[in-house]
Amino acid sequence: MATTPNAATPADLAWSPRALLRRLRGADEIAHLITFIAAATLLLITVLLVYQLWVLSAEARTKFGWHFFVTRTWDPVAGQFGALPFIYGTLVTSAVALVLAVPLGVGGAIFLAELAPPGLSSSLTFVSDLLAAVPSVIYGLLGVFLLVPVMRTTIQPFLKRTLGFLPLFQGPAYGIGFLTAGIVLAIMIVPFVLSVSREVLLAVPRDQREAALALGATKWESTWKVVVPAARIGIFGSVFLALARALGETMAVTMVIGNNPRISPSLFSPGYSIAAVLANEFSEATGNLYLSALIELGLVLFLLTFVLNGLARLLIVITTARGSGVLPT
Amino acid sequence: MRIVKLFSVLAVLLLLGTVAIAEGGQVLLNAAGATFPYPIYSKWFDQYHQLHPNVQINYQSIGSGGGIRQLLDKTVDFGASDGPMTDEQLKQASVPILHFPTVLGAAIPSYNIPGVQTDLNFTPDALAGIFLGKITKWNDPAIASANPGVKLPGDDIVVVHRSDGSGTSYIWTDYLSKVSPEWQQKVGKATSVNWPVGLGGKGNEGVSALIQQTPDSLGYIELIYAIQNHLPYGKVKNSSGTFVKADLASVSAAAAAAAKSMPDDFRVSITNPEGKGAYPISSFTWLLIPAKWTDTAKRDVVKDFLKWMMTDGQQSCEALSYAKLPKEVVAKEMKAISKIE
Repeated sequence: MATTPNAATPADLAWSPRALLRRLRGADEIAHLITFIAAATLLLITVLLVYQLWVLSAEARTKFGWHFFVTRTWDPVAGQFGALPFIYGTLVTSAVALVLAVPLGVGGAIFLAELAPPGLSSSLTFVSDLLAAVPSVIYGLLGVFLLVPVMRTTIQPFLKRTLGFLPLFQGPAYGIGFLTAGIVLAIMIVPFVLSVSREVLLAVPRDQREAALALGATKWESTWKVVVPAARIGIFGSVFLALARALGETMAVTMVIGNNPRISPSLFSPGYSIAAVLANEFSEATGNLYLSALIELGLVLFLLTFVLNGLARLLIVITTARGSGVLPT
Repeated sequence: MRIVKLFSVLAVLLLLGTVAIAEGGQVLLNAAGATFPYPIYSKWFDQYHQLHPNVQINYQSIGSGGGIRQLLDKTVDFGASDGPMTDEQLKQASVPILHFPTVLGAAIPSYNIPGVQTDLNFTPDALAGIFLGKITKWNDPAIASANPGVKLPGDDIVVVHRSDGSGTSYIWTDYLSKVSPEWQQKVGKATSVNWPVGLGGKGNEGVSALIQQTPDSLGYIELIYAIQNHLPYGKVKNSSGTFVKADLASVSAAAAAAAKSMPDDFRVSITNPEGKGAYPISSFTWLLIPAKWTDTAKRDVVKDFLKWMMTDGQQSCEALSYAKLPKEVVAKEMKAISKIE
C-alpha cells in the first residue's frame, strides 16, 4: 500500500510515525524481524566476546595448555601463570553467597508473596529493589569499614569457639577472606533472588491456591506444597541470575577477599577470585604473556559461568522429569 | 527532510569549526598512563592550557601498563609510567621512545602496633625478612635491635601489600630486590609480584584501611597518601647507615644523589642511593615521549611543555606533596629535549 504511488497521499506520509506504527501493528513480519534482530544481536555479542577472548589469549593458551587450570602459581615476574587459586576462590565465595542468600531470598519472597499484607509486601519489595541498585563499590566499602572489623572481633572468634572443629573455621581471623567476601556477595544478590522469586510466586494462578484450600489444606500447606512447587522453575531461574552476578562481581569482592592466590580449606583464609585479579592487575599489566594470561582468565570465567549454568539447567530437567512439578510452567 | 536540514546545519557548523581551529592553531594532544602522578599532571596540563589557550592536553590515568600499551599502539601521542620501559618494550616501538622524569614518588612502611606510638626504625634486612615471611614476630631481634627502648609485642606480623598493579609496589619491590639477593631471586621487582606472604589491599586506601583495622600489621603506602591522610610511618636505614624518615626533602635528596650516575636515557632506579639524607625507597615517574614526530605543531608543543614543566611547573609540586626534581636532573633533561625531532 505504501509502495503504490498515490497522488492523494503525500509521499512522506508513508514514513510518518503514525503510518509506521500502523504497518507495524498490521504486519507480523516486521515485528518478527525486529525481535529476531534483537535476539540475534545478543547471540552475536556473546560469540564475538568469546572469539575475542579466544584470540587474544592465544599466547597463554599455547604456552600453558591445560596446565593453566591446575597450576597454583601466579608470578608475573617469572611469567608463570595458573588459574587454580582464582577458580577456587570464585567458586568458594559464590557458594558461600548462595548458601546464605537463597534461604533468605526465597523465604522473604514466600512471605511477601503469600503471607504479608499487600501494603507491607509492596513497600518491602521496593526496599529490596533499592538494595539491588546500590553500586558494588559501596558494598565493598561497607564491607571494609563495617563488616571486616565485626568479622575479626566478633563473628570469626565466635565461629572458632563453636564450630572450630571443622576445617572451614580454623586459622587466624584477619576479618577479610572467603567468608567475608561471601557475606558481602550474599547481601548483594539477595534482592535478585527475592524480587524475581516473588514475581514468580505471584504469577501462580489463584485457582491453585483455592483448590488446595478447598481440599482442606492450611494456608501454609497450600503455599509450601502447591504454590512453591509450581513456581519452582522460576525460583531456580532467580538463583541462576544471582549466581551469575556472584561469579562476576569484581569491586566488592576485591575489597574484602584479601587478594592472595591461596587455596585453603578455611573460610577465614584470604583468597582471590577471577574477577578480582582482573580488576587488580589488568591496568598495569605489561608484557604480552602476562596480558594474554589475564585474558585467558576472563575466558575461564566465561567457561565457568557456562558450565554452572548448564549444570543448573540439567538439574531442572532432572527434577521436572521426576514429576514433582505440579504445573507445566 | 527535517533530518536532511539538520545534517546540513551540522555540516556547516563542523566546517566553520575546522576553519576556526586551523586559524587558531589549535593543538590537541592525547596522553595516557600512570595514576600516581595524575593529580600533578592534570594540574600542569590545566595551567599550561591557561597559558596557551590553543593547547589542550588530555590525560587518561589508566595505569602505567595501559599507558605503555597505548603508546606502542599509537593511540596516544605520549605516555606516562611509574616504571621505566623495558628493552623489549622499547624494541616494539616504531619510533624511539624517550624517558623524561617529572616528579618523585616514595613508598613508606606504615604499621599498627597497639601500644607503640613512636616512629619505628626499619633496617633493610628487617623489611626484606618480614616481606619474605622469614621474620614473623614483632619482637624479632632484627626489628628490636634497631628500636632500643621500644616495647615490641611477641605477636605475629600481619603483612599488607597492594593487590592492584601499582608504581608503589614497583618502588617497594625494586628496593627489596636491591637490598636482598634472596628477594631478587625469589620474587623480583614489578608492579605486581607473587608475594610470599600477606594480605592484599586495593589501592593506597585499601592498604591503609587494612593496616588501621588489623592489630600488629605492617604495609607500605605511597608517601603522598600517607602525608595527606596523616598516617604514622617508620624510618628506613639508608646505605649510609642513617635512619631517614621520608619527606619531600629526603626524597629529592635521593634523586640528587642518583643524578651523578644518571644514564642518558634516564631509565634509572634511585632506590637505595648513596647520601646521608637520602630516603632509600623512592623513584622517578616518567613521561614517555616519542623521539620522532610527523606533526611539527604537536612536536613543538611537547618540547615547550617539557621546558615549562621542568622550570615553572615544578613550583606546583610541593603544594600537592610531590617531591621536586633536583636541579642536576633538570639540567640534564633540558639537554635531552633537543633529541625530540
